[in-house]
Amino acid sequence: MKKLMLLGDEALAQGVVDAGCSGVFAYPGTPSTEVMEYIQKCPEALQRDIHRTWSSNEKTAVEEAVGMSYTGKRTMSCMKHVGLNVAADPFMNSAFVGANGGHIVTVADDPSMHSSQNEQDSRFYAKFAMIPCMEPSNQQECYDMAFHAYEISEKYKLPVMMRLETRLSHSRSGVERREMLAENELKLPEDRNQFMLLPAFARRKYKHLIAIQPDLTEESEKSPYNWVEEGKDSSLGIIACGLAYNYVKEATTRYNCEYPILKISQYPIPVKMIEKFVDGCTKILVVEEGQPLVEEMLKGAIPKNTKITGRLDGTFTRDGEMDPNKVAVALGKETLSGEGLPEVVTGRPPALCVGCPHIDSYKALNEAMKSYVEDGQRHVFSDIGCYTLGFLPPYNAINTCLDMGASITMAKGAANAGLFPTVAVIGDSTFCHSGMTGLLDCIYDKTNLVIIILDNSTTGMTGGQDYTGFGKLENICIGLGVEKEHIRVVTPLSRQFEENVKVLKEEIEYEGVSVIIPRRECVQTMTRRMRAKKKQEAK
Amino acid sequence: MKQDIILAGVGGQGILTIAAIIGQAALDNGLNMKQAEVHGMSQRGGDVQSHLRISDEAIYSDLIAKGACDMILSVEPMEALRYKPFLAKSGWMITNSTPFNNIPNYPQQDALETEVKSITNHVLLNADQIAKNLGSARAMNIVMLGAATKYLSIPYKSFEVALQTIFGRKGQKIVDMNIKALAAGRKFADEKL
Repeated sequence: MKKLMLLGDEALAQGVVDAGCSGVFAYPGTPSTEVMEYIQKCPEALQRDIHRTWSSNEKTAVEEAVGMSYTGKRTMSCMKHVGLNVAADPFMNSAFVGANGGHIVTVADDPSMHSSQNEQDSRFYAKFAMIPCMEPSNQQECYDMAFHAYEISEKYKLPVMMRLETRLSHSRSGVERREMLAENELKLPEDRNQFMLLPAFARRKYKHLIAIQPDLTEESEKSPYNWVEEGKDSSLGIIACGLAYNYVKEATTRYNCEYPILKISQYPIPVKMIEKFVDGCTKILVVEEGQPLVEEMLKGAIPKNTKITGRLDGTFTRDGEMDPNKVAVALGKETLSGEGLPEVVTGRPPALCVGCPHIDSYKALNEAMKSYVEDGQRHVFSDIGCYTLGFLPPYNAINTCLDMGASITMAKGAANAGLFPTVAVIGDSTFCHSGMTGLLDCIYDKTNLVIIILDNSTTGMTGGQDYTGFGKLENICIGLGVEKEHIRVVTPLSRQFEENVKVLKEEIEYEGVSVIIPRRECVQTMTRRMRAKKKQEAK
Repeated sequence: MKQDIILAGVGGQGILTIAAIIGQAALDNGLNMKQAEVHGMSQRGGDVQSHLRISDEAIYSDLIAKGACDMILSVEPMEALRYKPFLAKSGWMITNSTPFNNIPNYPQQDALETEVKSITNHVLLNADQIAKNLGSARAMNIVMLGAATKYLSIPYKSFEVALQTIFGRKGQKIVDMNIKALAAGRKFADEKL
């Protein structure tokens, strides 16, 4: 079969489709977005008409996937690492109710924070929930492990985590497909108690989850994705997890090292395999992408005379992603070092696009705030999206970015403490993800604040995906209880500047909850839409 | 055979298209390839890069090590220089000379060109101008690819085939224009020596 050239995200997406998945549930988030985007245009997914529209947030996505699993169908929920925090409640409890049809929870981590607020390691969540975790090392494994994960998920009636990282999610390589599997038939749970977590049942579920842990470990011991590569030089044994295996192989091949290597791509950690591997090695180097999960577990488990090195003893930095040079240095090799960065090169940070509607919104906001506070003294709460770039010069318009939806709730807390004026800036998609409940808090408390919902009619930062609340913002606000006359829709354009400043000031003056919606389409999606329209007309 | 290439530019300049074409040509020749891209926040008018590795042997790392890169192929001169620490001593820097100036403190163009010329193996060409002369400013990235083909271990013909594969659905006119742009870039590189 001809090889497909796929991103890690796409390879996994093709894998789940070919393994008979009946529906994917997700909210966009770098580096996980391309999984769903691929499903949305994959011919096999379209032909089978599997579920492939976006969810409001990661929590609703995981719950929807658990619902599909309930019916016996294979499913996948998919998100970025911090999205799993949003979905933590259903995720943790889904380990108790388990799965009926196979359920893969895909989480894409972002070591080095290329496009994220932190670099938390999702393997800890899998361990916390006591479910198996797959950590593919390359694109082919992303594809193949989808099949494997469904088998394990259905065998043990448990969700299985699939952990990816940026460098795998967004790296392309040739992938060979397998024969497609049929979708599962609808088959509701035989055990009426399975999805019921009343405490009496939950206690039984937990005992069961504990009881099957040795079996899950046994699966890891015999997993085709965990293996040992013998080496003549046992002065050092290298334990390489997931993606980090590539950097290890890159360095050991380049420098002709003959150290034994234990590759781990399936958890819980294969205890016997590790014990056998460690026995006979003088020193162990643990190379893992993310936080030192395996390294910490080894510290307490293996003989004291075996030295363990990795992120904890400073062999590697505690933060940041791995790369081939870091591993070479850890192996005591002198790495190639290119020449220094020429002085003439300056930084080119990301910026709001030319013509971006947020620019006009921020200009008006800065002007309106001038009547209350001096330029350098503004305090505006904001959120996660392209508009977070409004923190940077020349705008300097916002002060905070915590998590999805926190602009509204942080502003509320500050207003409750007496801050005036209190302004929250949030994007339209972010508002529908996690802003609505915060707004309800404000209504309930009659908080004096202004919420600006920047409506560019798309999920912009991740490349322009549609979102669940599109076209419904005013109605959502009315429904939650914002007074109609204090929902103000404006057009963020420079010729509307004076008018927009006036509206902002009026609503700051109003003692209560105001929502201002500057509405103008994202220039990126607009350009794409125009191009598509032109093409259509040409036909 | 193994070639490690860093593609560089500013978001929206078309380096991922170059990557897709080289990747396609590599696969058509039965080579292994890995190509790491940048998506997300950094795409918004910021610097973007792609690590592209092709080899007839197994490729492990998705990332290229510093000092080990065989070629920097850049559609923008300052972005080419940003990855100089990755370039091997014997490596080639092939870059467009036209600046993409979207920052307040963009350096003098002369200073950039002097720096590029200080690298032993370099090709510096005004790909924007060449593409404009052909009547398609947007084909600038393919002109750059054309210049690079001279130093890539894949037959030139394969790039034409890959252009057909990648641009085919946009119509034959677009394909032909890009094949012309590819040839123009290659001609520049050939005449340089």
